[in-house]
Amino acid sequence: MSQRGYYGRPVLKPPVWTPEVAIYFWLGGLAGISALLSFAARLAGNQRLARASLFTSFAALLGCPPLLIADLGRPERFYNMLRVLKPTSPMSVGSWVLTGFGGALGGAVLGEVLELLRPLGVLRPLGFLAHGVAALLGLPLATYTAVLVSDTSVPVWHEARHQLPFVFAGSAAASAGAAASALVPAEDSAPARFLAVFGSLLELASVTLMERSLGSEARHYHEGSAALPAQVARLLTGTGALLMVAGGRRRPIAVSASAMILAGSLAERFAVLRAGPASARGAIGQDTVKARPGELGRPARARETR
Amino acid sequence: MAVISGPPPYPGEQVVQPRPGDELGFFTDSSICIGCKACEVACKQWNDVPVDLTDIRFLNASYDNTGELDANHWRHVAFVEQRRADGELVWLMNSDVCKHCKEAACLDVCPTGAIFHTEFDTVVVQQDVCNGCGYCIPACPFGVISRREGVVSRPETNGIAQKCTLCYDRLSGGLEPACAQACPTKSIQFGPLPELRARAGRRLETLHAEGRREARLYLADESDNGLGGAGSLFLLMDEPKTYGLPEHPVVPTRRLKEMWGAAAAAAGLVVAGVGLALSAGRR
Repeated sequence: MSQRGYYGRPVLKPPVWTPEVAIYFWLGGLAGISALLSFAARLAGNQRLARASLFTSFAALLGCPPLLIADLGRPERFYNMLRVLKPTSPMSVGSWVLTGFGGALGGAVLGEVLELLRPLGVLRPLGFLAHGVAALLGLPLATYTAVLVSDTSVPVWHEARHQLPFVFAGSAAASAGAAASALVPAEDSAPARFLAVFGSLLELASVTLMERSLGSEARHYHEGSAALPAQVARLLTGTGALLMVAGGRRRPIAVSASAMILAGSLAERFAVLRAGPASARGAIGQDTVKARPGELGRPARARETR
Repeated sequence: MAVISGPPPYPGEQVVQPRPGDELGFFTDSSICIGCKACEVACKQWNDVPVDLTDIRFLNASYDNTGELDANHWRHVAFVEQRRADGELVWLMNSDVCKHCKEAACLDVCPTGAIFHTEFDTVVVQQDVCNGCGYCIPACPFGVISRREGVVSRPETNGIAQKCTLCYDRLSGGLEPACAQACPTKSIQFGPLPELRARAGRRLETLHAEGRREARLYLADESDNGLGGAGSLFLLMDEPKTYGLPEHPVVPTRRLKEMWGAAAAAAGLVVAGVGLALSAGRR
C-alpha cells in the first residue's frame, strides 16, 4: 500500500487551464516571432515580407487577450494581471510583455498603414522604433509560456525545463515562417521558408531531446489525451517542413506546407498542455520536484522578515 | 503495538497570544491524533468554508471521506489502516494542512500579488484580488491549493483560489487558529515556530525512548528543507508518502533562473535562425 501513497491519491493537483490557453500559447508564439521576422525583413529591405509578417503578427495578437481572459476563474478581474510587476511570476512578466508588445506592435502597424495611405516623413522613425521594440519583445512573448509551465511542480513540465523553451521557440519560429511563406510570393518568401524549416527542425529535435531527458515521465506524451496531438504535431511539422524544402517555390505547395506547419505548431502546444494534468495525476507517493544532490539540509538562506 | 501510556505529552503548554512579527505555525503530532476530525469541522465552521455537493460521497478507502486538501477542505485528517509485517493492524491518523512555506511556490507564481506573506509569516490569499488564473494550483508541491468551483451556498467565492489562512482573522484578534483550539488531544499545536521545533524534538526523543522508532519529524528542520522552511511541521509514525505527503518536497520556483536561461538561449537560437534566413534569402 505504501507504494501507492495514500490510497492511490496523487500528491499534486492537476492544472485547470482550458484549451484556450493552448491556443494562446500558439498565437503568442506566432505573433512574437512574426514581429521579429517582419522587422528583420524590413532591415534587409524585403518590404513584402516585412508587411505580411507585420499584419500576421497583429492578427495573431488580437486573438490573445480574449483567450487569456476566458480562462480565468474570475474574468471580470482580468485587469489585476497588471496590478503588480512580479519578476518571480512568469505569468506576471508575460502579462507585461504582452501588454508592451501589443502597444509597440500597434504603433508599428499604425505607422505601416499611414505609410500606405500617405508617406509621412516625420512619423517614420517612430514607426520604425515601435517595430523594433515589438521585434525585441516578441522573443520573450514566444518563450515565456514555456517558462510558465516549467515553473510548476508538474513533473512532465518541470523536469523538461531545459528543453521546453526550445520546443516553444522552434514551434513559434516554424509558425511565423510558415504563415509568411503562404502570404508572400515565392521570389520574396525565401527567408520565410527557411525560417519555417529551421523552426520545424528545432521543434522536432527539442521534442526528441525533451522526451529522452524525461525518461519514463515521457509516457504522458505517448498515452492518454496528449498522445494524439503529440503525434499529429510530429507528423504535420515533419511533413510540412519536407514539403516546404521540396516545393516551397511553388505557391500551392508552399500554402499547403504552411498549413501543415501551422497546425503542427498548434498541436504541439495542445500536447504539452494536455501532458501536464496527466503527469500531475500520475504523481502518487513520489517526490515531484527532485532535489539536487546536497541541496537539502544546508543552512537555510537568509530571509528578509516582514 | 504499544498503546501510548502515561500522562498526556503536552500538559503545561500555554495558549500563545499571536503577535505581529512572530513567526507562527502549526506542529501536528500525529502520534496522538485520534482521527476525530474536530479540526476539519472547526475550520469549516469558523472560516465558513462551504460544502460542494459532490463532496458528499464515500471514498471506500478508510474512515476518510474528505480525501485531500482543496478549496473546500483546509484541514484533512488522513486515516491509514495498515497491516504491519507482524500481522498487527495499525491505524495512523494525521491532520494535514497548508505548509505555509517560507519560499512559497503559490505565492511566487501568483501574477496578481493576491497571495502574500502576512505579519505572522503565514501565506494567505486575498479573496478580493485573486482573479482565478489557476497558476498556484500546479505550483504547490503538496497539492494544497485549488480554485473553488460551482459552490451554491457562497457563489461569490467561486473561481477564486482557496486554502488555509492559518486563521488570519483570529490571529489578528489575538486568538489561536480554530483547528488548534478544537483539537481535543493537543495533536494540533499552535505557536512560534522555534518553540514548536524544540517541542517536536523533545517529543521525538520521548517516543524513541519508548521504543517507537518509527516516529519521525517532517518539515521540522531549520536548515534548508526545499521550501526555505515550513510554517507547518509534523511528527509522523510512518513514511510521509503513507500520509500522501512527498518525502522531500522542493518548490519548483527555485529553478526560475535556469528556466529563463533556457528561454534566453532558445530566443538566441531563433534570432540566429532569422538572421540566417535573411542572409541566405538574399542570395
